Amino acid sequence: MSADVAAPDVVGRRRLIGRPSTWITWAVVAFFFINLAGVVGSVVVKSFSTQWFGTWWPAGFTTQYWSEAWNEFDLTDVLIVTLEVSIAVVVIAAVIGVPAAYALARRQFPLKRLVMLVFLLPVMVPPIAYGIPLATVLYKYNLANSLTGVILANLVPSVPFVVLTMTPFIEQIDPKIEAAARMCGATTRAVFLRVLLPLLVPGVLAAAVLVLVRTVGMFELTYLTAGTDSQTLVVALYNAYYGAGIRAPQSTDAMAVLYMLTMLVLLVIALRFVNPTQLVTRVADDRRD
Amino acid sequence: MTPVTSASTSPAPNPPAPTAERSGGTGRPALSHRLAERGIDRTLLLLLPGLVFLILLFIYPFVYGLGLSFQPMHGSGALYNYQKFFSDPYERDTIWITLKIGLPAALINVLASVPIAYRLRGRVRGKRALTTALVIPITLGTVLTAIGMIEYFSGTGWLNKILIALHITDIDHPVPLLHNYWGVMLSLLVSGFPFAFLLTLSYLSGIDPSLESAAATLGAGWWQRFRDIVFPLLAPGLAMTFCLNFVLAFSVFPSAVLLGDPERSTHVISIAAYDAAYQEYDYSKASAIAMVMAAVMLIVISIVLFARGRLYRGSSGGKG
Repeated sequence: MSADVAAPDVVGRRRLIGRPSTWITWAVVAFFFINLAGVVGSVVVKSFSTQWFGTWWPAGFTTQYWSEAWNEFDLTDVLIVTLEVSIAVVVIAAVIGVPAAYALARRQFPLKRLVMLVFLLPVMVPPIAYGIPLATVLYKYNLANSLTGVILANLVPSVPFVVLTMTPFIEQIDPKIEAAARMCGATTRAVFLRVLLPLLVPGVLAAAVLVLVRTVGMFELTYLTAGTDSQTLVVALYNAYYGAGIRAPQSTDAMAVLYMLTMLVLLVIALRFVNPTQLVTRVADDRRD
Repeated sequence: MTPVTSASTSPAPNPPAPTAERSGGTGRPALSHRLAERGIDRTLLLLLPGLVFLILLFIYPFVYGLGLSFQPMHGSGALYNYQKFFSDPYERDTIWITLKIGLPAALINVLASVPIAYRLRGRVRGKRALTTALVIPITLGTVLTAIGMIEYFSGTGWLNKILIALHITDIDHPVPLLHNYWGVMLSLLVSGFPFAFLLTLSYLSGIDPSLESAAATLGAGWWQRFRDIVFPLLAPGLAMTFCLNFVLAFSVFPSAVLLGDPERSTHVISIAAYDAAYQEYDYSKASAIAMVMAAVMLIVISIVLFARGRLYRGSSGGKG
């Protein structure tokens, strides 16, 4: 992490019995995490509980509601849809986005700022604001309520995201390497396959894994465009809670825990390729003055 | 929006004369050469798929939605949807309700993250663990946070049990944090604070630490260093953090439905737009509300960014 080497310590961190401000800082952080643990823990414990009402701890534990949830919500189908959508989005976004990032990183051209703005807007504007006109257009062309519609909608923020993460990455690859390869007689194809591609792999992996996390977690766009058999896990989860009532609350909680586990697995994978800060700040970071 | 500069000010040198016209010698070497000198050559074709995609699925829907909003399904006159929205207090108030939730939430998140990030800007034990832990609520997302809060804040949930055990409240009067304003606000703090904190931390680590060391050498205390050195350099970044956080808070949807009181006190503008589209099937009205939403958001962001433009804009000495 770059931040680790950023500041030689002005404050004097070796004082263990720090100032009150240090204690307050850590107290706020601890308070945040205790409540977060409560929020997450309640769902996890409840999903395994036989009955839990009004006591500190449930009466007993069971996995019965897990299998109930699995059947009731067709979780196999939902997981397959989630997988299909996210793989399609990641692959298409990379195929469209990486070449665009290459052009943006290597060329200065008229109207470049306008092109950058087009790539920046979908990341800045919140999904619900452009999601409704987008869904309207998709309905008009009979693309909504289908897997295609969900994939197209999720690509809207994903393509710019790949472009914005890959542009600085490609900028720091020395163009002289490509020039040298050409001098040595490599064709465009060879330059791409044997020189550029291997250099691009780490950046593409990082961008892909970030898009994956965002797509699986993307609620609004999927919610606005999905039909009953094209909803991803997070939308199925929301619908289960919104339409809750007759079902045992444990089974919806089981689905919530399944979603949580999916996201945490993705997070662990993601953290192998990127910094924690990159998960949120990459785009904003690059726009730093 | 100004901050598009990263690419144009990039350290990458403009590569020497591209090879395009050499290999694909067209009949007009002069023109292609002239274009290539301005940076236009076949490499730019690589931009096309991305641009076409965004024009078709981002720009076109927006323009289409704008056009549609002027063709009301009911009523007459192009501005009917907008007139209706602004004359009906139930709909008009969604703007205030959303601002009342979004502005304080974004402000609290930014203000809370500054001192904490400032304390953690150097090498601190456990910083990597802390940043990783803070990514978790962001990764889990608003839907799961809302679901967890339903359990945690409920009258029989752990939070109220703790408060009752501490004699802060009693069993008949659990702290009302669900199905009202506070539930939505707290969900925005849970998902927004880590976001603001990580952004602020990354802005802070972009400030050259030797500036602060210099001030310390000259005898400045921590408050002086913060007020006169760090804060002015950080302020533009904070404005950006506030904007991004506000945008998230302004478009709050799942938690406003699940944790709030979606018919009344948390009838935010995104719920109004959603209901118009999917309950009334009036896409024209829904588009109009979405446009109002975008406009309000744009106004708030421009105000903040305008104020930011008046702040110090020089180099922060960061390593980038």
